[in-house]
Amino acid sequence: MTDVVEPFLAATVRTATPLLLAALGELLVERAGMINIGLEGAILVGAFSSLVGATAGGVATGFAGAVLGGVLVAALFALFVIWLKADQIITGTALTIFCLGATGTLYHTLYGSSGAALAIPTSIPAPIPLVSTIPVIGTALFAQPPITYFAYLLIPAVTWWVYGTHAGLALRAIGEQPEAAQVAGIRVQRTRLLAVLAGGALGGVAGGTLVLAQAGTFAEGMSAGRGFIAIAIVVLGRWRPVGVALAAFVFGAASALQFAFQAMGWHVPYQLFLVIPYLLTLAGLVGAAGRARAPAALGKAF
Amino acid sequence: MERMRWTRVYVRCQHHVSPDIMKILRPTLLSLAGAIALVAITLALLVTGGYPAKTALLALWNGSVGSWYALTSATMVRAIPLMLTGCAVAVAFRSGVFNIGAEGQFLVGATATTAAALAFPLEGGLGVVIALTAGAVAGGTWAGIAALLRVQFGVLEVISTIMLNFIALHAVSFLVRGPLQEPTHVYPQTSTIAASIQLTRIPGAGRLHLGILIALVLLASSGWILRHTAAGFRLLAVGESPAAAESAGQINVRRTMQRAFIASGALAGLAGGIEVLGVTYALYENISPGYGFTAIAVALLAGLDPWRVIFSAALFGALEAGAGAMQRDANVPSALVSVIEALLILAVIGARALQWRGRYVPMEPNPYAREST
Repeated sequence: MTDVVEPFLAATVRTATPLLLAALGELLVERAGMINIGLEGAILVGAFSSLVGATAGGVATGFAGAVLGGVLVAALFALFVIWLKADQIITGTALTIFCLGATGTLYHTLYGSSGAALAIPTSIPAPIPLVSTIPVIGTALFAQPPITYFAYLLIPAVTWWVYGTHAGLALRAIGEQPEAAQVAGIRVQRTRLLAVLAGGALGGVAGGTLVLAQAGTFAEGMSAGRGFIAIAIVVLGRWRPVGVALAAFVFGAASALQFAFQAMGWHVPYQLFLVIPYLLTLAGLVGAAGRARAPAALGKAF
Repeated sequence: MERMRWTRVYVRCQHHVSPDIMKILRPTLLSLAGAIALVAITLALLVTGGYPAKTALLALWNGSVGSWYALTSATMVRAIPLMLTGCAVAVAFRSGVFNIGAEGQFLVGATATTAAALAFPLEGGLGVVIALTAGAVAGGTWAGIAALLRVQFGVLEVISTIMLNFIALHAVSFLVRGPLQEPTHVYPQTSTIAASIQLTRIPGAGRLHLGILIALVLLASSGWILRHTAAGFRLLAVGESPAAAESAGQINVRRTMQRAFIASGALAGLAGGIEVLGVTYALYENISPGYGFTAIAVALLAGLDPWRVIFSAALFGALEAGAGAMQRDANVPSALVSVIEALLILAVIGARALQWRGRYVPMEPNPYAREST
């Protein structure tokens, strides 16, 4: 049984990592009263720019590139949504289409249309001494690439920041009542801008994780809806960091089911596994109905 | 406050009724301005990308409008699905429903039409009617799922329609390799539909088929319904301000949104069905090169007006056709079209936002807000 459970848990954590990173970023954005559908685009651009960075100078440069790419997309979103007060959902959708086209075009232009896998340096698992030897869960949780540990640390960090600091309080106030926040002396636009940029950076890192710690290469549209799933995860996690983390792992587990089924030799059409995350998103959103309360100012221009 | 908004809705709708010479000229000017902007953007992108700009632009021209054959068989053939999906998006957005799922509804419609066409290969147009009805019903049902989730459970339709897109994509992938695969089980596609079910080609117009007439009639009537009927008025009122429509207009907001959503899905599903009966004659995985997403750009460029969608769909049809030629002749990646589309959407909403800055009321203030009953 261990030979099924261990790979299953490892796959769960692997799939959950980029979702967790992206969803925690989107949590900050939504807590500030905005919804960034362009997250999908930020992940894609992060993935592509991490490829560019990694070919130039290794894994660290790759992640730096991912952050830069994600921040750039977020800055575009902020330009339209915060400065021009354009509709957030249409802007986000347009940005995602833009990123899909831009990364595809650049990939063909820079690396040729052959589609041959590029040899790039990848982030290898770094087992943590002692805890990684715990039976069953040890290797799954603690023999992962460093970015996964960063994602773990981000959960308490975001929790502390959102609930334990003045800046976090300001962020939540803006998400509920931007007018009141402004009267209280909070700089609404600047805080929203920072939240969007932070969300973009984390989205970029999520994309970088896909390339540098998982696939080892870039493919057009490789984000495959993870940005949208991350937005759903924020809803399922009821806009709380710990809830978001739990939801991300549930998603990781659902996606990892295919490895478990394959290991057990069940013959089910592979498309069935591929639709599980999307079906689960829908089911989860229905389940979250009525119980989750969104930030009151979500989606409103200010 | 509510009353003021309501008055604005009313004034705006009245405004649409009055005949005006600019009404006829404006779409033409808009498309023209759009086309010029497109060429300028394309040129800039090509030069920065280091591609032979002259060869590429020549290919863009020749592949889209440079000849009668290109105009009819390439541009207009691609404009048909874009007209219908563009109209689908326009109708949904006007009612305040963000249907990003035209792609999935297109695929589901194409699947249902194929299945019906293979099951009932009837002569004399009856088979065509059955097959296209199946496509429209399937598309409407697919959108209906998202509509139900929205009004019953407050599930943001942007997320649900995108999820349904992915599910539709994988479902088609499964069906063309499983239950619907052609009898020899070699190719991942269905059998070719009977000749009696295929849409007739228009004489002297290459591969252009009867679908163009269906699309034009539907777009014209959609525009007419929006402008001149009570149902259309309700739809626009709900889109402008659900609260005002409900309190001042006694309009059932939920029902109106749901119907608009389903109508939108039916249009997109029909687009998929017409594509099968008029162009591909079979179902396979990549039957849509993203028509449902391009549709968003088509609808926004047309100012969410079904009549103007005719022009913007033709423009994007030309662009898609030209992009294919550019890839063949100048090796320019066709993904460039997505960049141009997105830039156009951003330009349109940017201009609109600048114009409305400070006064702009978002179409749907809180996407998670549940409509009261």
